[in-house]
Amino acid sequence: MNGFLPYLYAFVSGGFLCVIAQILIDKTKLTPARILVIYVCTGVLLTGIGLYEPFVNFAGAGATTPLTGFGYSIAKGVREAVDKDGLIGALSGGLTATSAGISAAIIFGIIASVIFSSKPKR
Amino acid sequence: MNKKEYTEYVEKKSKKSPIYKNCAFAFFTGGAICTIGQGLRDIYSSLTGDEKITSSLVCVSLIFISVLLTGIGVYDKIARFAGAGTLVPITGFANAVSSAAIDNKSEGYILGVGAKMFIIAGPVIVFGLLSGTIYGVIYYLAGILL
Repeated sequence: MNGFLPYLYAFVSGGFLCVIAQILIDKTKLTPARILVIYVCTGVLLTGIGLYEPFVNFAGAGATTPLTGFGYSIAKGVREAVDKDGLIGALSGGLTATSAGISAAIIFGIIASVIFSSKPKR
Repeated sequence: MNKKEYTEYVEKKSKKSPIYKNCAFAFFTGGAICTIGQGLRDIYSSLTGDEKITSSLVCVSLIFISVLLTGIGVYDKIARFAGAGTLVPITGFANAVSSAAIDNKSEGYILGVGAKMFIIAGPVIVFGLLSGTIYGVIYYLAGILL
């Protein structure tokens, strides 16, 4: 994975996913939280029907960094866990695959709340 | 003024943000964050050679950077013009967690930080897992029946 092209693909794909969300923000009354939920569920759905995996192979971090990539991790984790452990994998696979990210957000968030105080909003 | 008139008044007064400009900002910031992610991916994958460890490390690194920038107040400044460009990447998820944790510190660590840090990130995890589990059950049944 050397050279300039993977970076270009990541940039354009990631940017494109953000533009879709920006249009949703500007043209609809969807709140950011709803948009993030839609993105995660879309990521799971697209992975389920087999479309997201090729997109990840093409765009790399441009596909895994946006929250659709979070849904991709969940779906991929579930699929691998079901292959390995059967039906119980449907419950265990999603959190296992995303555990590092979720734990990191929680732990760093706690540390940040100890160190920093909220700034007055201007 | 009734409620409807008020809503119309607010909508008239609130500045219409130019959508093309917003989209351009979202494209370049979102693209830039993903490009940083791609750079980290290349570095970690050459160091570890393992795809799963690499994606976890990239995710954790981006989250760390985002939480740090949130703490010193930079992320929100970027987000003001970047819009969805800083919301959609995993950094936006981390920003939602950490800014909620910091903002609610005054309510204490249990019910302030501990409970409210998931005000936006919680639904993402809840519905992500819901759809993931539904997919897992369908995938399992399809494997048996087909």
